[in-house]
Amino acid sequence: MRIRKNIAVSDEGFLFNPATGDSFSTNGIGSEIISLLKQDKSTSEIIEEISKNYDVDRLLLERDLEEFTGLLKDYSILE
Amino acid sequence: MEKKRYERPTLRKMNTGLMNKFGTKTENEPVTHIESVSVKGLLKEYGSPLFVISEKQIRRNFQNASRIFKTRYPKVQFAWSYKTNYLDAVCQIFHQEGSWAEVVSGFEYDKAQRNGVPGNQIIFNGPDKTDEQLVTAAKNNSLIHIDHYDELYALIRLSEEHKLRPRVAIRINMDTGIYPKWDRFGFNFENGQAWNALTRILNSPNLDLVGLHCHIGTFMLSPNAYATAARNLCELAWSVKERYGKILQYLDLGGGFPSTNTLKGAYLPGTDTVPSLDQFADAITDVILGYGFSQDELPLLILESGRALIDDAGYLLGTVLATKRLSDGRRATILDFGLNTLFTSLWYEHKVSPAQPMGQQTEEMVLYGPLCMNIDIVRESIVMPLLEKGNQLVVHQVGAYNMTQWMQFITLRPNIVLIDTDNNTHIIRKAETMEYIDSLEEIPQHLK
Repeated sequence: MRIRKNIAVSDEGFLFNPATGDSFSTNGIGSEIISLLKQDKSTSEIIEEISKNYDVDRLLLERDLEEFTGLLKDYSILE
Repeated sequence: MEKKRYERPTLRKMNTGLMNKFGTKTENEPVTHIESVSVKGLLKEYGSPLFVISEKQIRRNFQNASRIFKTRYPKVQFAWSYKTNYLDAVCQIFHQEGSWAEVVSGFEYDKAQRNGVPGNQIIFNGPDKTDEQLVTAAKNNSLIHIDHYDELYALIRLSEEHKLRPRVAIRINMDTGIYPKWDRFGFNFENGQAWNALTRILNSPNLDLVGLHCHIGTFMLSPNAYATAARNLCELAWSVKERYGKILQYLDLGGGFPSTNTLKGAYLPGTDTVPSLDQFADAITDVILGYGFSQDELPLLILESGRALIDDAGYLLGTVLATKRLSDGRRATILDFGLNTLFTSLWYEHKVSPAQPMGQQTEEMVLYGPLCMNIDIVRESIVMPLLEKGNQLVVHQVGAYNMTQWMQFITLRPNIVLIDTDNNTHIIRKAETMEYIDSLEEIPQHLK
């Protein structure tokens, strides 16, 4: 699971796909997940990292992460 | 280190194009209390979903409506429309405030009697009145509003048979310039049917014509339509006086005043588009006062308002069961109440608020009910904060019709709680149980 190389990601949570011209916005958590994905972190590492900083149930996070990465794939942001 | 508050990750595709001048309204201000009572506490104590009715708001609405009409016209009487909400506790609040009862079936008539409403303060409307019910109503001196010729002739026959002289009015339908025209109830004004029916009554020694009634529609958005209706009723009352020397005691303009709910398909919210009750009152009273009746001949003005007096006193509290993404990427939120409980979601875009503080992020979503039915949609499109399983919600303005038109379908109907004027809570209708449903069923011996 890797973010495509041509996707531009800003710190504020804006994503731009130069291949399609599509742009997206994400929230704080989404931004952090994308940043961890860019560092080639695995799903379990991402869950570990986010749980450290946020008050969240791990199962709920896993469920949300699954859905979020599904969305990133649908929009061709993830390889 | 204290951990940060979590919210679900979101991804929104940015669209370019012309801005929509109507925008998308975001309603994410949390509603944590109803009349100082905690929503969370209510759901914990009485279960989810839960209907909540504010007694304070009902009384405020009634007193406001009463002031609006009574400061414009000297003789006004409200009659509580039972079909809008006939929970006994609700009816009693209206009766305590001075409302008569307006009923449209034998069942509702019996309910009004059980609620202690004197017979002469019950208005009996509707197309379905049995001979037995007509005789009871006549004996109780109730106001019988005749809907059709069959009923008129049945009443003439019954009055002769039982040596009664019931107090009657006729319901009149007419063209008030609105669409759809309601002409299925009562006698038509324009084609002379109403006058013919009045003549028949006036020539019958066993019927006492005391008033005229109309009910031009529901959720009416045009005060002018009421002015037309009032003018037509005045014209008939005037003709009765001139030709028969009889002065009618009352004109009943019915109900139909809207609440500030938003109708489906409306561009702007109901709060911005619905005329105020003052405008309706002006339209009606200006016509009657200006028609030429002398002061002592002015008819009593009866109003059968329902929805406008109770919609905003009712809330539906519920819980998010699940969230998911639909195949087209839209968010779907599944709630523990649906069409079966919130019948009015068929025609309103109900305002829905979260019951707990949420983050600033919002997303567009569909709100589904819990039924295994495709049509079970509470809101087809609403922008709300990122909801999660277990989050609690408050639906506003549900006091009218839901608690009478709801269905026992797939799930059981929930508790209804009243918050009284001192903010104490009382169950006024218990949640249904399997035993309650079972008690009505019978199994033939061969199937046991």
